[in-house]
Amino acid sequence: MNQREIAGRIVGFDDENFMVNHNDWDESIAAALAEEEGVGLLNDRHFMVIEYLRRVYEEKGTGPTIRRLTKESGVPTKELYSLFPGAPAKKAARISGIPKPKGCI
Amino acid sequence: MSTLLEEKPVEKKEERTPVKRVSIIVSQGSLEKVYPALIMANGARMEGIEATLFFTFFGMDAILKKKQDKLKVATVGNPAMGIPTIVGAIPGMSAFATKMMKKEMEELDIPPVGEFLEMIEDAGGEIYACKAAFEMFHLKKEDLCSQVKEIITVGDFYEKSAGAQIIFT
Repeated sequence: MNQREIAGRIVGFDDENFMVNHNDWDESIAAALAEEEGVGLLNDRHFMVIEYLRRVYEEKGTGPTIRRLTKESGVPTKELYSLFPGAPAKKAARISGIPKPKGCI
Repeated sequence: MSTLLEEKPVEKKEERTPVKRVSIIVSQGSLEKVYPALIMANGARMEGIEATLFFTFFGMDAILKKKQDKLKVATVGNPAMGIPTIVGAIPGMSAFATKMMKKEMEELDIPPVGEFLEMIEDAGGEIYACKAAFEMFHLKKEDLCSQVKEIITVGDFYEKSAGAQIIFT
């Protein structure tokens, strides 16, 4: 685990830069992580994804598949890819403060 | 000779360049041949890797509106299935194995072929049909699902695969 300062706080990250404890997360950390990931300013649509990811993670202990994410968060696949350009599932998980997605889908 | 043996192996500094593009050829139409290709293409897009799918020969079934969601598992000539070929050939075996596999896949949230192709297209993946197979099977454009971007020749395929890793399935 690596401790580092982000948004004025000391937070733990794993080797792939995912937060170790999702309870340390808040919106200012999300904004700082979004900046690091090249996502830029977070808007309502980003937060729809982030809140959905965090809710599923808190309920199930694991993030949703991308299929479930696009079906249930209200953000369709195309938009998801434009909100989190590059690697959407990983980036969204990182910014949401939850672990790296484990599934293949 | 002895000097050769004593020579230290040249230490190669391995530079691992990340995969940037993949071009996946789907040439077979059974369920267990089509899905790995779709999972790989979708997985590539999820990692920010450009992905192209090229359907040819019996792989064309996966992009035919009428057939794509009716693909079957091959129960004959598939030793890993654990069913002797002669048993696999009994009518209904393939349908049964297909049903079982689809159930398992649904639990893993793996979508039906048609929906999967839609997901891949929405994710920015490109889907092509092979011209030779298209003509060989006497297909019409309206037989193809809407995600097919173009019907292309093998030459076009190589052109579109510039700089990509080509994967044949």
